[in-house]
Amino acid sequence: MYQYTDFDRQFIRLRAEQFRDQLGRWQAGKLTEEQFRPLRLQNGWYVQRYAPMLRVAVPYGELSSTQLRVLARVAREYDQPEPALLAEAQATQEKLGEIPLADGRRIGTKLKYGYGHFTTRTNVQYNWIPLSKAADVMDLLATVQLHGIQTSGNCIRNINSDALAGIAADEIADPRPFCEILRQWSTLHPEFSFLPRKFKISINGAREDRAALGWYDVGLQLVKNDAGELGFKVRVGGGMGRTPTISPVLREFLPWNQLMNYLEAVIRVYNRYGRRDNSWKARIKILVKAEGQSYIDQVNEEFRQIVEDEGGPHTITQAEYDRVAANFREPDLDLSPANAEAETLELLRTAASDDHDFGRWLTSNVLPHRHPQLRAVMLSFKRLGYAPGDATAEQMEAAAELADRFSGGESRVTHEQNLLLPWVRRDQLPALYQAAKALGLAKPNIGLLTDMIACPGGDFCSLANARSLPIAEAITERYQDLDELWDLGEIDLHISGCINSCGHHHSGHIGILGVDKDGKEWYQITLGGADGSNLSGPATPGKIIGPSFSASEVPGVIEALLAVYRTERLPLAGDAEGPRHENFIDTVRRVGLDPFKAAANAARHPAETEAA
Amino acid sequence: MPRATLLKPKPPEASHTMKIIAAHEHHTDVAGQKLIELPNDTNPFELDLAGVDRIDLQFPKFTDGRAFSQARLLRGRLKFAGELRATGDVLIDQLVQMARCGFDVAVLREGVDMADAQRQFDRFKAFYQGDVTHPLPHFREAA
Repeated sequence: MYQYTDFDRQFIRLRAEQFRDQLGRWQAGKLTEEQFRPLRLQNGWYVQRYAPMLRVAVPYGELSSTQLRVLARVAREYDQPEPALLAEAQATQEKLGEIPLADGRRIGTKLKYGYGHFTTRTNVQYNWIPLSKAADVMDLLATVQLHGIQTSGNCIRNINSDALAGIAADEIADPRPFCEILRQWSTLHPEFSFLPRKFKISINGAREDRAALGWYDVGLQLVKNDAGELGFKVRVGGGMGRTPTISPVLREFLPWNQLMNYLEAVIRVYNRYGRRDNSWKARIKILVKAEGQSYIDQVNEEFRQIVEDEGGPHTITQAEYDRVAANFREPDLDLSPANAEAETLELLRTAASDDHDFGRWLTSNVLPHRHPQLRAVMLSFKRLGYAPGDATAEQMEAAAELADRFSGGESRVTHEQNLLLPWVRRDQLPALYQAAKALGLAKPNIGLLTDMIACPGGDFCSLANARSLPIAEAITERYQDLDELWDLGEIDLHISGCINSCGHHHSGHIGILGVDKDGKEWYQITLGGADGSNLSGPATPGKIIGPSFSASEVPGVIEALLAVYRTERLPLAGDAEGPRHENFIDTVRRVGLDPFKAAANAARHPAETEAA
Repeated sequence: MPRATLLKPKPPEASHTMKIIAAHEHHTDVAGQKLIELPNDTNPFELDLAGVDRIDLQFPKFTDGRAFSQARLLRGRLKFAGELRATGDVLIDQLVQMARCGFDVAVLREGVDMADAQRQFDRFKAFYQGDVTHPLPHFREAA
């Protein structure tokens, strides 16, 4: 992974020092609440329902085991609420009610602490750190080059990429050097720190779009032109929220070295003309939609002037590209032929032991690698008893241990809120499986229904209209049978507690959105959304299947939708694994929403909802 | 607050300087000076800059960052050589980025602790991106 220079390290230390200065001035009354707010936000500090929330940046998802251990330490030492605060929060949340399961059990809020939460934008969040300890936490994080720079606020946010960047078998070019170059360029940008609204960039280097490019403010796809030269297909103006928008392509081919010159033009025009009168209309997608070709013309003219009149000062030099690329050091792995042989024997031995779950794990949690002797392994953080993407201090430490033993010390936070080990030797898969299983991180459910995305929702977030976590838990409880889960196949289930869409409900095959009706929690359900992956098809927002459902209706409605799928799906030619069939998303597209709407409606229970 | 404080960065390699004046010392009718008070939604390319000594750029709220781009264009593209003054709702935490965008004077509200402001200038020795005072990014300067 990327090795930071002395300059990088010092920069992060100084940022921590600057934050301590700002926090101190706020505490001393020299900064008002309103003045401090954007400053703390640009360091990752929100104020939530019961306590502050810290969002730590994990640039393009890459974490060293050393960093993971410090994240664990923050969870253990700082993510600790005062007992009275926790009790008050728990009591308040319990008033929101419980979700009944078919077997009579009920799911309510169980507030936890002492953990980190992996987010869809590959950051790590904490929910209970008091602001009085904020500067100490930032100092601790800075010791391993972690920080909260621009993880919130109306600025250029953490850069995202494909979790398989640099190791994917289908890669056109490695996006990570460009991610890092953009991380540096966007950090404390003097002109772009007070934009109309937040600004998110995602970069993909593979043939498959695994970085949800169409959904980003800027989506960059590495491509090669007819002459074999490397460049970017540039999309601008995507986003979720109230106005889900898939970005149009602004440039089919931008030479790679012009990336920053061009983005400077894109963002400068946005900074000057983006709406600031209404925060719901302030994202760049609204400007691009409203201005259309006029926006594109302005960007092109600004880009021309940056290059021709100013000499394109941010042109990426070959030397800088080479330097950054070389700093993504591959781990020193022993890949001698002897290991290749041992690997085969070991795999055969294990296969002979007829471990069905191991076989499933090899299929769903182990991903191809550009190096034939290596694999990428997904540790599943989607398991009963934990919210999607939550990792306790002990689990983060254990994952760091796995990264050291099996993956050259590197792990990656994924968009789907799991942790990926990117450098696993094939012959070590059985040993890794056993170790991960002992930790409860080897559930063979990657890509399946229970590998759902969920935001923290109304249990923590002050923006949320409804809770996400009890809904997630109810569905997880219902679908514990692996045979059933595997029979349902690959399904993207995304849950957001409000229209801000942190749980990316718009791009879920099944999307669940929390809405507020008369102070009660209701949920709108959408079908047919896509993030742009091969499985999902071109990025598109899901369609609403009817009036919203009460919290207690949601698990039954999901079950009804899946029953329709089972009835309607077409069989495909099977293989040694058994019978195969059309994926959920393909069935939804083929048969349309009507049968799903009818089944969802039939699953309502208005009388009970009224009584509740 | 002193009459006009010149904030000087300690390290010799940084050249982001800025003159800070208090609100009561900010006047828009200075004899012999031609100045423009520029709303932040005005296109700087449409200005006649001939003979202009000073342009007052505006921050109606400190979170409204349009004037950063105006300053960057006036200084970096249009090569305006007169004074660029930041007026309105200005925080000391924004002074360094203002200097980097080409501002040379900022009007601060009364009662700001100048030691607090000076500390912000002393902190970072260099930045990643190029700016108006250092057009080349760090990687090209370091190369």
